[in-house]
Amino acid sequence: MEDARVAPVLTARRAGMIACTECGKVHVPGLERCTRCGSHLSSRDVTSLQRVWAWLGAGLVVYVPANVYPMLRTTLLGKTTDSTIFGGVVDLMHHGSYGIAGIVFFASIMIPVAKFIAIAYLALSVTHRVKLSPGKRQHLYEVVEFVGRWSMIDVFVVAILASLVQLDFAAAINPGIAAISFALSVAFTMLSAQSFDPRLIWDASEEPEQ
Amino acid sequence: MSLADVVAEELPPEINPVLPPPAFTAEQAEHLIACPLCDTLHEEREIAEGETARCARCHEVLESPRRSAMTRIIMLALSALVLMVAAMFFPFLELSVAGRVQRSSLLDTILAFSSGMTAPLTIAMASLIVILPSIRFLSLVYVLAPMAFGHRPARHAEFFFRLADHLRPWAMAEVFIVGVAVALVKVAGLAHLSIGPAFWAFVALVLVTVLKDNFMCRVTVWKTLESRRS
Repeated sequence: MEDARVAPVLTARRAGMIACTECGKVHVPGLERCTRCGSHLSSRDVTSLQRVWAWLGAGLVVYVPANVYPMLRTTLLGKTTDSTIFGGVVDLMHHGSYGIAGIVFFASIMIPVAKFIAIAYLALSVTHRVKLSPGKRQHLYEVVEFVGRWSMIDVFVVAILASLVQLDFAAAINPGIAAISFALSVAFTMLSAQSFDPRLIWDASEEPEQ
Repeated sequence: MSLADVVAEELPPEINPVLPPPAFTAEQAEHLIACPLCDTLHEEREIAEGETARCARCHEVLESPRRSAMTRIIMLALSALVLMVAAMFFPFLELSVAGRVQRSSLLDTILAFSSGMTAPLTIAMASLIVILPSIRFLSLVYVLAPMAFGHRPARHAEFFFRLADHLRPWAMAEVFIVGVAVALVKVAGLAHLSIGPAFWAFVALVLVTVLKDNFMCRVTVWKTLESRRS
């Protein structure tokens, strides 16, 4: 069992079968939907990479205004200040809450950027030769899928603050327009990651050595 | 031809979209299971309760049946629904500045974006925090409850289980809880804050959801659904 990765592995496709990605049932070709769970069947999702790049592009486009425009409008005693995502992190550090500043920095700046790079890398690795082994790349894919939704934290924080801090002229917090584009950016990258067919990672490694 | 024979033959790797002729008949395929992530074929075996079957190539969990998992998932989903109702209507956080008290419930939080340019976010917030998690809990109960009582699966049970599975990444209750923690620190310097009962209901909800997802094994549920159907 130890050398399972090196030994030739029989995939459903090499056996001429089509496997369901939802429930694992193996079918003979020619069926439109899985007889067990009713999911759509295809040996490989041929439009996968197209959709990955399209959603990733859309995510990148809306990520720009998310960082340029204000996320939060704070009104303190009649004075209004706008703060962007990065500005919010800097503010938190000025207040001395380094831990929370770390969480926000990680969730709303590090994770989105890392996700863009990771998804592009995975999509490129299907058509190009890369150093990372398929096992590691699949692991990367699982991490990207798991971690993506956590970027939504910042949008939630803005909503909570805006509903809580409404004390007329004394203090009021209102959501800025960046909240919308940031939420969209997170959703688009999640869709991009979901469009990726992880079976493609392994297919590329099965190509004969050149 | 068994699985081992085909592997020994070392089929040439196929990269074109055209499939080679099928190596197994439909009956033989009944005893096979493919890894949903990497497509590797495995001979299906009986997996005992408490054991976990993993893919030989990518180590993804294939099956992990747990004792009385079905009843536990139903109970946890029902308690999650009750907690969700509690979390919706009790005050979530209380803010007091100079004798003035501002209460905020989950509903207020959702409606925070409802004015001005950010109005569409209201629908998204409501979906992510309340609607999608609730749909997930309801569909799980709908799919599993008849089977737990020994009946045949309900009509369209397959559709609702697929729905519950697809909605999983979009139900963001636990992300919201961390968001509350961040918001607490941000406001802490500004005013006195206290946590309302709904907050604890929501924390319990998140714990219940995590427990429930741990008990749930997708492939096992699908196989049970199929065997009860026939």
